[in-house]
Amino acid sequence: MAPILQLDKLSKAFGAVTVADDLSFGLNSGEALGVIGPNGAGKTTMFNLITGTLAPDSGAILFEGENVTKHSAARRCRAGMARSFQVPQPFSGMSVFENAMVAATQASGLSGQAAEQLCLDVLDQTALLDKANTLAGSLTLLDRKRLELTRALCAKPKLLMLDEIAGGLTESECTSLIQTIKDIHASGVSIIWIEHVVHALVAVVDRLIVIDFGSKIAEGAPKEIMASPEVQEIYLGIEIDA
Amino acid sequence: MSNQTHSISRTSQAARVAGVLGALVLMVLIAAPWWAGRADMRLMGELFLYLALASLWNLMAGYAGLVSVGQQAYVGFGGYMLFALTIFGGLHPLYAIAGAGVLGALIAIPVATLIFRLRGAYFAIGTWVIAEVFRLSFAQISALGGGSGSSLPVGIVRSLASSRSGRESLAYWMALGAAVTAITVVYLLLRSRRGLALTAIRDNELAAGSLGIDIWRTKFVVYVVASGLTAMLGALIFLQKLRISPDAAFSVNDWTAFVIFIVVIGGIGTIEGPIIGTLIFFALRETLADLGTTYLIVLGIVAIVVMLKAPKGVWGFIVERYDMQLFPLRYRVKLNDQAKR
Repeated sequence: MAPILQLDKLSKAFGAVTVADDLSFGLNSGEALGVIGPNGAGKTTMFNLITGTLAPDSGAILFEGENVTKHSAARRCRAGMARSFQVPQPFSGMSVFENAMVAATQASGLSGQAAEQLCLDVLDQTALLDKANTLAGSLTLLDRKRLELTRALCAKPKLLMLDEIAGGLTESECTSLIQTIKDIHASGVSIIWIEHVVHALVAVVDRLIVIDFGSKIAEGAPKEIMASPEVQEIYLGIEIDA
Repeated sequence: MSNQTHSISRTSQAARVAGVLGALVLMVLIAAPWWAGRADMRLMGELFLYLALASLWNLMAGYAGLVSVGQQAYVGFGGYMLFALTIFGGLHPLYAIAGAGVLGALIAIPVATLIFRLRGAYFAIGTWVIAEVFRLSFAQISALGGGSGSSLPVGIVRSLASSRSGRESLAYWMALGAAVTAITVVYLLLRSRRGLALTAIRDNELAAGSLGIDIWRTKFVVYVVASGLTAMLGALIFLQKLRISPDAAFSVNDWTAFVIFIVVIGGIGTIEGPIIGTLIFFALRETLADLGTTYLIVLGIVAIVVMLKAPKGVWGFIVERYDMQLFPLRYRVKLNDQAKR
């Protein structure tokens, strides 16, 4: 399979603090990749570099074989990358439906009824349809995270990047979220998912990478990675079967 | 699935009522030359021009996040273009007004590329500096009267309409037309696909960029369109005043400070805000005009009180309580009747 995303020796430092250190990995088209690592390891920074909200000091990012390192975040999104933000970034003064419409019209280039229908379908899928007319600014944290997922899906991405969307969910909510992401994955969308709720991650992804101090320290099949002593040590305090 | 159970509506009862009332008010206003006195028409004409200025400034600051304190650059530029195009170009004043708008938009392009490098407060200061550069430059042009300014020749004024009342009616209608045009442009822009992008930028630039919105280009278009229309307004304003000087044309007080007051008091980031703000501003001005300097102190106090008690302005205060809109911009998801059964 052809790689949809390739990171080539990506580095980024804020002064003396290195947040990405010679980071390289690839993602095959249609693959689901899980990313774990302790807090402050540089996982979200890696997302910012891939999506273009942050420029790397050195290295390259290839999306569908094209070097997109110099492209703006907007251009990468229109090319087919969409992300959810770990700290939700809603359009507070717009309703939930209008938030979805922004993604549907600007990112996927739809208009009129096609855009509206896509939004309705995705809102139904993410269980936000009842709150379609609610102002995004008045949503609870949990619903804001759902809205992040909704907007990313309304962008009709080829590569979906999820940043900690399962935290704080109840058992049954988590189960339905896993199913939703499995469905998205089954429809052919490539996924990179940063998550601390490891059991949710392991249920969906094909492969796991472990990030610490901005560099990749392990990579492989989910079960093997979780069992490795290196990861066990880093993850002391985070229960695997949480 | 949701396929047939939900539908989208973009209008509301309040918006329909407001539309009908708005049309009625507009008809009454169009007929003003037959029922209003000369002084009232002058005042209303001025009110309409401020309403247009405020709507455009609100589009820039309230939606695109372009907090300019230098729009007097375009008011003055437009005014001077009216004088230059009519006196030296021999154009009819109506064509000169359109020409001033085109030239204003053209000059806004290099200005935008320059000042868009600045962010936040630096952008605001940059716009003011540009306006000062405009003022000092026009003061150097001796053909337009230099620092002391010049008057519009009688012949050009007469070319509009032969009688004084005819000219006054025409000036009034043009001011009314300018306000209607400005609000219509803003409304249609916000209702379009680009309007969703602008509203998204208003709320969260980080997320807007990540959802495929080209922020720089969107802001650039807004800046150029708003500046071109502001230059047209400047031409209209000085067609009524008949006299122009650098200090009057590029007055930060008259063309920016009052406009910001109007938008902030009325409710920034809404179409309704500038309308309410303009009415409040003129009501205060007309009732307090005799107080002299005290009037400005009262304006300041009103601004402070509104910012403390209703930071989103009068219209924001109303929306928070009643969730209504007079201009139907929103999308409402409705459950279809069939699905309810």
